[in-house]
Amino acid sequence: GGHGPYQPHEPGYGLDQPGYSPYEDEIPDPQARMLAIKNAKAYLLKTSTKSGLNLYDHFATMLTKILDEQPENTVDIIETISQDVKWAQFRKKMDTLRDEHLIPPTFEAAEKSKALFVKEVGEEDHEELDEEMGEPALPNVMETAFYFEQAGIGLSKDECYYILLAFKNLVNVQPIQTCRFWGKILGLEMNYIIAEVQLREGEEEEEEREEEEEETVAEEEKEMGEGEEEEKQKEKEPEPPKSTYKPPPEIPKEANGTGTNKYVYFVCNEPGKPWVKLPPVTPAQIVCARQIKKFFTGRLDAPIVSFPPFPGNEANYLRAQIARISAGTHVSPTGFYQFPEDEEEEEGGDTYEENPEFEPSPVAEMVESLAMWAHHVKGILKQGRCVWINPVQKSEEDEEEDEEEEEEEEEEHQEETGQPLLTLISEDEGMKNIPAWTAQASTNLIPEYSIAILQSNRWPGAYAFASGRKFENIYFGWGHKYSPESHTPALPPPAEAEFPTEPGITEATDPTVEEELAFKAAQEEALAEAEEEEDEEGEDD
Amino acid sequence: MEALSLPTALSLVAGGGAGLSPELRAALATSLPLVQRDYRFERVWFWGCIQGVRGAYYIAQGLGPDRAAPRSRLYSLNCLDWSLLTPATEEMLALAEEVKGRFQGDPSFEYSLAEINAEAAARLVQSGKEPVIKEEARLIATIEEIDRAVGIVPRGAFVKTPLGSVHENRHFEGLSLVEAKKLSSYFHFTEPANLKNKTLLEKADLDPSTDFLNSLEHDIPQGSWSIQLEKGGSVVVLRSLLWLGLTFYHVPMTKQFGYVYFGTGEKNLDLPFML
Repeated sequence: GGHGPYQPHEPGYGLDQPGYSPYEDEIPDPQARMLAIKNAKAYLLKTSTKSGLNLYDHFATMLTKILDEQPENTVDIIETISQDVKWAQFRKKMDTLRDEHLIPPTFEAAEKSKALFVKEVGEEDHEELDEEMGEPALPNVMETAFYFEQAGIGLSKDECYYILLAFKNLVNVQPIQTCRFWGKILGLEMNYIIAEVQLREGEEEEEEREEEEEETVAEEEKEMGEGEEEEKQKEKEPEPPKSTYKPPPEIPKEANGTGTNKYVYFVCNEPGKPWVKLPPVTPAQIVCARQIKKFFTGRLDAPIVSFPPFPGNEANYLRAQIARISAGTHVSPTGFYQFPEDEEEEEGGDTYEENPEFEPSPVAEMVESLAMWAHHVKGILKQGRCVWINPVQKSEEDEEEDEEEEEEEEEEHQEETGQPLLTLISEDEGMKNIPAWTAQASTNLIPEYSIAILQSNRWPGAYAFASGRKFENIYFGWGHKYSPESHTPALPPPAEAEFPTEPGITEATDPTVEEELAFKAAQEEALAEAEEEEDEEGEDD
Repeated sequence: MEALSLPTALSLVAGGGAGLSPELRAALATSLPLVQRDYRFERVWFWGCIQGVRGAYYIAQGLGPDRAAPRSRLYSLNCLDWSLLTPATEEMLALAEEVKGRFQGDPSFEYSLAEINAEAAARLVQSGKEPVIKEEARLIATIEEIDRAVGIVPRGAFVKTPLGSVHENRHFEGLSLVEAKKLSSYFHFTEPANLKNKTLLEKADLDPSTDFLNSLEHDIPQGSWSIQLEKGGSVVVLRSLLWLGLTFYHVPMTKQFGYVYFGTGEKNLDLPFML
């Protein structure tokens, strides 16, 4: 016998009958067996009231999947497979609409990258031009990448090549004389790839003129606007007190091609995206950038919300940080550059030229002593410029009234001097017990082919390498300076007094009772004296 | 990141500009398998590199059968000779938080605690030890802190068995592109602290075998992760803004993921001002 009695809906129904147990040798009546199988199958085919699936189909799908994929140790992961099959079922049944054929962004980006590889039609003309000009304008990004890779610094080779192609596009579009891969600054949403560029001379003048025209138009509009306002104000009754705050005189930015604006910078978010030119930097922006510390978002038009309020948007902040990093970390082997001999060596000299008699020092020396490296970008003064300018000079242009006021309030602006160009980096101050630079050789195992690597500790992410006559600077980082102390934002200035102190509105303590009585007595005395005088006068008459 | 997939992984995190020189890569390829053999680890991960002023520390982690168990950490100055680090203690963590500034690059360098925190120095003196903290201890504490704070894995990559041990999910096929852009698809690979605080609605969607860790959604301050799609969406890169230098990568719809740290080993305490 077996178990039983079985109900018709249970599997095994009919198997408890004598002769139908699976252990008997006789072949039982096929009809009953078939019935049992049908019952079992019917049970398996029963649709679940909750999910609409049935076990039979589920097993079938699962076994198909397992036999197709044949994973190892299937019995251990059978539950997960079962779950996955159920999830797949679920999704298909819910969607009565067909999915739109989504093109993932991968393919769009691939299209853009492919566009980089296309050679333009008019390129042969460009090549001839370049030969006439002399040095190639396109930087050898791959060579630089190779050297930095020896130190473990740099982007992946693919990205470097895309950047090289993007530079080619830049050179073809803009009138560029020299061009260099400055580095990459990371942002929250997107990153920036930065090119340091010198435009051909004619082009810069045109742009300056355009900028000046824009500025004068703006000034004229402002003056007209102010004239109208003044007329209206004279008609009004007493006005609320005006602020006596006089902003410090605006320090003019340095001319294009000198100081902080020596180079023009182009940025793009990714190779393939269009290059955008960054505006020249003003001293106010540099001074403010020194006081704030903000992440870049990756969008050039993003506002910078900070205190002190940054005069500009992210494009200006980016430009200011680029200027600071260049001034602080662009170095070359000592002696590679020299001051031009024909010009007098002024203290504020900004020009340098290559030294044809430069003898490269061996790598071991470059690593040992920091005196073998020199800055070739002028440092930025506290004022925000490389060359100091007296801000009070502007008062000659203002009206006479203003001049008088300014002379009274004039502070003594001390002339600031910075370190001259081509200072050795051994003069750079460290912070607490951390030197400003760390020098290493790229490898100790193979000294014949090692190169000297410099890392800046003041601007983490700034690197330089030197090998024989080749050297290069680069920056990979978030764009912030290192400070051993935490960043403390500037405090707001104390609130201005609303009204200037005048006797009419100054508070005084109320007189006490004694004072009042004394005053009254004094008044009465004066009255009495006056009456006596009048009486006297009356008597005279 | 997995020692075996080091070359591809390094090229995926190279967007930040930090990486390893060919010499170090070659050295790692030979020394990490030896470490695995000597210490009988099941897996060896290359954790990253902490830059000191005079030298750098390269860190590797070895994992046993339970991936969530405390990991063994090793450090090396040249990627060839590895030394095991002792596990981090709470005391070490507390002391190391006081020490600020760059690592020196010399494991036996001693920070004088008397200058930094007189109380802690006094306590140490009382218990009979010198009021110093060695750079090695600081290194151990820093690595532990970084792992706790920003060591992340994608959701579903690890499963918890009913016995409590954690294994890689062999059925993990990667996050989809949509999921990969969300912070909630990534978990801290540490002891979950506030798993029970979720609302019932959220808990209903969770799967206890895969959702046993904290997700990144509730990290303080908000916005302390930067998610970017690189290479046109074929790689998702998360960069931590709290520990600058921690980069996590994942190729959607594949099993590839990992994180690595290339940095100075200092917490970015200015983060709230910078966002």
